Amino acid sequence: MAVDAQTVHRLAELARIAISDETLEEMSGRLGDVLKLVDQLQTVNTEGVAPMAHPLDASQQLRPDRVTEQDCREAMLALAPQSEDGLYLVPKVID
Amino acid sequence: MEWEIVIGLEVHVQLSTQSKLFSGASTRFGAAPNTQACAIDLAMPGTLPVPNEEAFRYAVMFGLAMNAEIGKRSVFERKNYFYPDLPKGYQTTQLAEPIVGAGEIEIHLEDGSSKSVRLHHAHLEEDAGKSLHDAVFSEGHGMSGIDLNRAGTPLIEIVSEPDMRSAAEAVAYLRKIHSIVTYLGISDGDMSQGSMRCDANVSVRLKGEEKLGTRTELKNINSFRFVERAIKVEAQRQIDLIEDGGRVVQETRLYDADKNETRSMRSKEVANDYRYFPCPDLLPVELTDEYVDTIRQQLPELPDAKSTRFASEYGLSAYDADQLTQERAVAEFFEAATQHCGQPKLVANWMMGELAALLNREEIAIAQSPISAEQLAGLIERIVDNTISSKIAKQVFEAMANGEGDADAVIEKRGLKQVSDTGAIEKMVDDVIANSAAQVENYRSADEAKRPKMMGYFVGQIMKASKGQANPQVINKILKEKLDALL
Repeated sequence: MAVDAQTVHRLAELARIAISDETLEEMSGRLGDVLKLVDQLQTVNTEGVAPMAHPLDASQQLRPDRVTEQDCREAMLALAPQSEDGLYLVPKVID
Repeated sequence: MEWEIVIGLEVHVQLSTQSKLFSGASTRFGAAPNTQACAIDLAMPGTLPVPNEEAFRYAVMFGLAMNAEIGKRSVFERKNYFYPDLPKGYQTTQLAEPIVGAGEIEIHLEDGSSKSVRLHHAHLEEDAGKSLHDAVFSEGHGMSGIDLNRAGTPLIEIVSEPDMRSAAEAVAYLRKIHSIVTYLGISDGDMSQGSMRCDANVSVRLKGEEKLGTRTELKNINSFRFVERAIKVEAQRQIDLIEDGGRVVQETRLYDADKNETRSMRSKEVANDYRYFPCPDLLPVELTDEYVDTIRQQLPELPDAKSTRFASEYGLSAYDADQLTQERAVAEFFEAATQHCGQPKLVANWMMGELAALLNREEIAIAQSPISAEQLAGLIERIVDNTISSKIAKQVFEAMANGEGDADAVIEKRGLKQVSDTGAIEKMVDDVIANSAAQVENYRSADEAKRPKMMGYFVGQIMKASKGQANPQVINKILKEKLDALL
């Protein structure tokens, strides 16, 4: 089952990805293939099986509350396309 | 028609850990932009988050204080959305298995009544950075500046059930949360610095109706006062809308404090779909019963327990005990001052009277009080031992507030010591009697029953002559003797 064009556009918007009309059909088919795989998984009887958050049968290690990181601002800002006064610059965003 | 307002609150509380929820970068407030944002906070490739144990300990403390279930197993999930102050493109948060489950707390209203509010759950999550839009750049290039120092700071989001029925109840609930987190010492609770932020879900329905009305969400209200005003104005907007035949639209609205109105934040963009899923970088966090029990045993005395103790141990009224225990720093000030002077009721009166007025006027917290607990106790001691009258004490208090030193220093320097010296008072009484022939005559010719009242005039004159420093009991005694001798 292919994913319809409207859904592909919506997913693209949520993912902030531009999709051209040429790639729309291919994308629709590939997403459909993913859903086919999911459908296949859905056929497995999971009655009484607890949902799994992670494939490893282990629990998370926690770390003590200590400041271990140094200021790395200059190195990081140097990677950004634009910065000023210690701030990263981005196209204006207003809610 | 009688309307009922239904309110649920989502409160974000910044936890006062040293380092971030998933990285070892500092969380200190007020650092230069981006100096506390490390590779993990910036979502650099190849980095892995490791959760901060202290954040879990704080969240468990909070859950226990809210009489809530503790999630012995909690799972972090990714909440996906794009915004420049969120470098990863998702917020690491909890959804299906939060650290704190359902709970319940008592809130206390101004009229002395109490009510129970249910907690839906509370979860741990990371804060985002800050976007700076206007007037930060000298050049008008129309860009936004991003400071990621706050990105990754641990928060607990506390979600209530829609149990509140008025703006006043919402404020009382918020104050209770504030009180609990500051008592626990897990947050500074400073709303002005954004350490505590509040979103309110507001709907209205006809009284007696069971079904909830369509709600709107008021975002980011940043003071207790605004919470009250925003809810009132939004509820009224909904009521007016429905009474005019309209329908409430479920949406996010922003409260504009200057105009005292709410307005829609609806943008043309499609509604968000956060596409939550368990974070593959983080395993489920499992806490043992022993871990939780140890924290339970270490919990400090909480506001309600302290209030009950203040009433029984110090003989305060329920109201006074409640007022003095809402803030931990206030309660500690009270106990410190009482320990010094042994006068709990006088300490309570001075704290809720003069001291509260002073702090209000100066807009400062009790921690910044210019008069320490020991200094207030020193002043009260001088009232109790009759060195000064209560009236003069107010003068001394003002002088102490202005940094003129301890009560004894002010009394000494300004010569405010109460005059109990009989000789000096006798002289003042004689002078006043000598200068008040008419009043003396009236006193003599009056009925005996009316005479005590007529003494007021003389006492007033003598107090005036002594600049308020003569001991009133001594004046009364000498005056009566002298006037009666003239009969």
